[in-house]
Amino acid sequence: MPWGEFKDIAAERRLFQRRTTVVVFIVLLMLGLLVARMYQLQVVEHDIYTTLSDKNRVQVQSVAPPRGLVYDRNDELLAENRPVFGVTLVPERVDGMDETLSKLGTVLDISDEDLERFQRRLQEPRRPFQPIPLRYDLNEQEIASLAVHRHELPGVEVSAELVRYYPHSELTAHALGFVGRINRDELQRIDPVNYAGTHYIGKSGIERFYESMLHGRVGYQHVETNARGRTLRVLERQNPVPGENIQLHLDLRLQRLAHELLDGRRGAIIAVEPKTGGLLALASVPGFDANQLVTGISVKDYRGLSEDLDKPLFNRALRGQYPPGSTLKPMLAIAALDSGVTTREKAIWDPGYFQLREGGRRYRNWKRTGHGWVNLMDAMAQSTDTYFYQMGVEMGIDTMHEYLSAFGFGEDATLDVSGALSGLLPSRDWKQAVHNEPWYPGDSVNLGIGQGFMLATPLQLATATSLIANRGHWVEPRLLRDIKGDRSVEEFLPPSDHDPLILKNPDDWEFVVDSMAEVMHGTKGTARGAARGAPYRMAGKTGTAQVFSLAEDEEYEEEDVRERLRDHALFVGFAPVDDPQIAVAIIVENGGSGSGTAAPVGRALFDAWLLGFPEEGKALVTGTTAEGAE
Amino acid sequence: MLGKSLGQSSSHPLTRPRGLFSALHIDPILLTLLLLLIGGGLVVLYSGADQNIEVVKAQGVRMVVALVVMIVFAQLDPAVFKRWAPWLYLAGVAGLVAVLLFGVGAKGAQRWLAIPGLPRFQPSELMKLVVPMMTAWYLSRHFLPPRLSSVAVSLGIVLLPMAMIILQPDLGTSLLVGTAGLFVVFFAGMSWRLIGTFVGMLSVAAPLMWFFAMRDYQKQRVLTLLDPQSDPLGAGWNIIQSKTAIGSGGIDGKGWLQGTQSHLEFLPESHTDFIVAVLAEEFGFIGMLALITLYLLIILRCLYIAATAQDSFSRLLAGALTMTFFTYIFVNVGMVSGLLPVVGVPLPLVSYGGTSSVTLMAAFGVLMSIHTHRRMISA
Repeated sequence: MPWGEFKDIAAERRLFQRRTTVVVFIVLLMLGLLVARMYQLQVVEHDIYTTLSDKNRVQVQSVAPPRGLVYDRNDELLAENRPVFGVTLVPERVDGMDETLSKLGTVLDISDEDLERFQRRLQEPRRPFQPIPLRYDLNEQEIASLAVHRHELPGVEVSAELVRYYPHSELTAHALGFVGRINRDELQRIDPVNYAGTHYIGKSGIERFYESMLHGRVGYQHVETNARGRTLRVLERQNPVPGENIQLHLDLRLQRLAHELLDGRRGAIIAVEPKTGGLLALASVPGFDANQLVTGISVKDYRGLSEDLDKPLFNRALRGQYPPGSTLKPMLAIAALDSGVTTREKAIWDPGYFQLREGGRRYRNWKRTGHGWVNLMDAMAQSTDTYFYQMGVEMGIDTMHEYLSAFGFGEDATLDVSGALSGLLPSRDWKQAVHNEPWYPGDSVNLGIGQGFMLATPLQLATATSLIANRGHWVEPRLLRDIKGDRSVEEFLPPSDHDPLILKNPDDWEFVVDSMAEVMHGTKGTARGAARGAPYRMAGKTGTAQVFSLAEDEEYEEEDVRERLRDHALFVGFAPVDDPQIAVAIIVENGGSGSGTAAPVGRALFDAWLLGFPEEGKALVTGTTAEGAE
Repeated sequence: MLGKSLGQSSSHPLTRPRGLFSALHIDPILLTLLLLLIGGGLVVLYSGADQNIEVVKAQGVRMVVALVVMIVFAQLDPAVFKRWAPWLYLAGVAGLVAVLLFGVGAKGAQRWLAIPGLPRFQPSELMKLVVPMMTAWYLSRHFLPPRLSSVAVSLGIVLLPMAMIILQPDLGTSLLVGTAGLFVVFFAGMSWRLIGTFVGMLSVAAPLMWFFAMRDYQKQRVLTLLDPQSDPLGAGWNIIQSKTAIGSGGIDGKGWLQGTQSHLEFLPESHTDFIVAVLAEEFGFIGMLALITLYLLIILRCLYIAATAQDSFSRLLAGALTMTFFTYIFVNVGMVSGLLPVVGVPLPLVSYGGTSSVTLMAAFGVLMSIHTHRRMISA
């Protein structure tokens, strides 16, 4: 090996070692850069990433409070919660939405409506990884077959939630109202925090009125989740505050009896406890199964309900506005006595009709041959229209309006009955405004027997009847009786705002009550058949409201008129006369006559309440009612 | 230098172990460091693979195979590598052509060659060893530093397989193969002026690459690096989650098996390319310092081996292989910590996966061969 070459080899080695030194510096520099980066992330920005990491794994989930239960006055459960299973999909975790849906279709029964609703929700803005419901109320077989196929269906989960259930479905649908899925309008209204875990809201009735009390306060839990959103464990939990359990004045037995009495017909029954204003029964027949509406009813079924000629969804007790007919006569009698238009003794001659002037239009008495000489007592007992035609004209619209207002007509006087209508109490101004006509004396004639423009709901009739039972002492109708927790009813029930109706001669109350007793017990009383053999005294008034007007002197036979054009049968009353325990208002649509159809219904309700419910035997009488029966 | 002091004990002529290791052509210091790394790596892998012991066992088997490969390579005299380098290079290029023509693979990339009767293999992986061998062979034929024409030929030798690997496409491997070849040229003494010129040309070429050469997914990775929040659930997810894992580890970490990011599946690829984030999360800054120190010691030992090698071929090859190993580390940790775009480069000897481990251990075998086949005349 030549010397020069050796020297070059040494030079090569030195060159390499110089380069290696450079490389060592590069390596130290770059590894130093990595260490600096780690220092930045792990020491300087540690807090930021700790927060991010916790935010990653810890999620706050809302825990929906269980909805408050509803009991009747005897602690019978009227509304409870039951677990319902549904299918939800998390779109982020589903591989192939269309395939998953079609595969699910083979496992479950999924209607086009379900799919349509699901697709619509899929388009709406939402948080990532938030499950979208596809179908509710799975049966056990469906849950089982889903469990079998679950591994083939990522992102598909079975969800369980507590859903409102009404064990007495049709009986209580109109009395309680119902809850349903929160819709878009309601979303604007509610507190999004408190409803974070809730899918249902009171849609009508007390479910709606006492929504805030029944709903409760939302709870939270901090849960650790993995990247796919599956909950691994609960780290911290703030329990929800359950909704208050409430008790209503309603008596399920009376409610059931009311439904049975109206079975197969259309009508409404309101029963009130006069002392408290508590609604003992609030029946509108036919009813409907409110449970159907809770989890969502199919369009077809809903159309079936809403287009039914009998209108099962229509709450006749609160929203049915009927001409009160003769059931208005006790209130008009009070008005006539107190305004001095008539006296207890004043008698008039009834030829079977009333004329404003000689040769004018004849307003017919229901009895074409007339009742002869009648005083107020007779006119009440026999329901002499002629007498009241004359009272109506003599009082005039202004006086009648004043007194009928004091009885709660023309307003919604209820405290916590959601959705009650106010009927129509006509006045001079009203007629001018709506019909652009002055008030004619003929209008007063019609109003004198509760016909014409006047409309009232069964609830208003019951309210006015309890006012008579209470001899002028006002108690507004209400449903809430007690709250099972520590809170008081007064906290939630709106305050009373009606002054008592004080008569110039308070004894007039007794006179009118006696005249109503005469209707039931008198020898000429229109409802004497219904009261026969009763061991207590009751007060009442029958009514028959025309569905359509008959021309003057036109004869008609009931049988000729199609069933739905027959008169409505009405009855109002209370019992016992001296210590009223129950006041009722009954309307049987197209029931024919008040005395033949409605009054026996009233008697049955009185008997049940005062003497005991039929199935319980006569001896069994509940606490408060027992005193009244004796 | 640090490397010298490390090498002190091994170069002592009278210790018995040296005699044994010498007979086996094993460098005990490098072996110890590698075993420490592999052992620590399996511990982290157990956590990164969500406590799946099967994964750890499979990796353990691969590591044993890789160690055997290392020992086999260590037995071969560096002269053998030098003699075979051109033929291996030709075979490798032929293999890459074959991959492009009938390779198999997944996710739109053809990387594997399946020859009936042989196990499937990646010719590109082999090129990580062969390209520096070939370049070192070519440059060591003449005196160093190389002339401009030699540098040009060397670059051709490096760029040809690089281009073919990019076509597969496999950017990560291509980068490592290129690094291996270019470091040979650098160690050979390519003039600084030339290096400056190339760096200048590259900075001009980079924007052109952006518009003409880079694929959309590669551009996306660069964009994501610059602003991961632009697509937090898509391309940015990996970077955000790995940075969160690293940062939340803090100084001393959350503890082994306690990392929430990896165990709750927020961290993607937690047992493969992103395993360093698991280590950073569970062992913290201290763990990272330990890992980087271990890597640094391995690099320094290898550079010492290179510096004490007897001929230029061995020196160039040893230096280039060492720098390939370093490139693995820097690209992987840089990627996981959000300094570099996401490139498919594993953390050497820690990430789950056999191919790269075997290649790396083969490279360490070559280094041991270079170190233990020195002839006594040089001293």
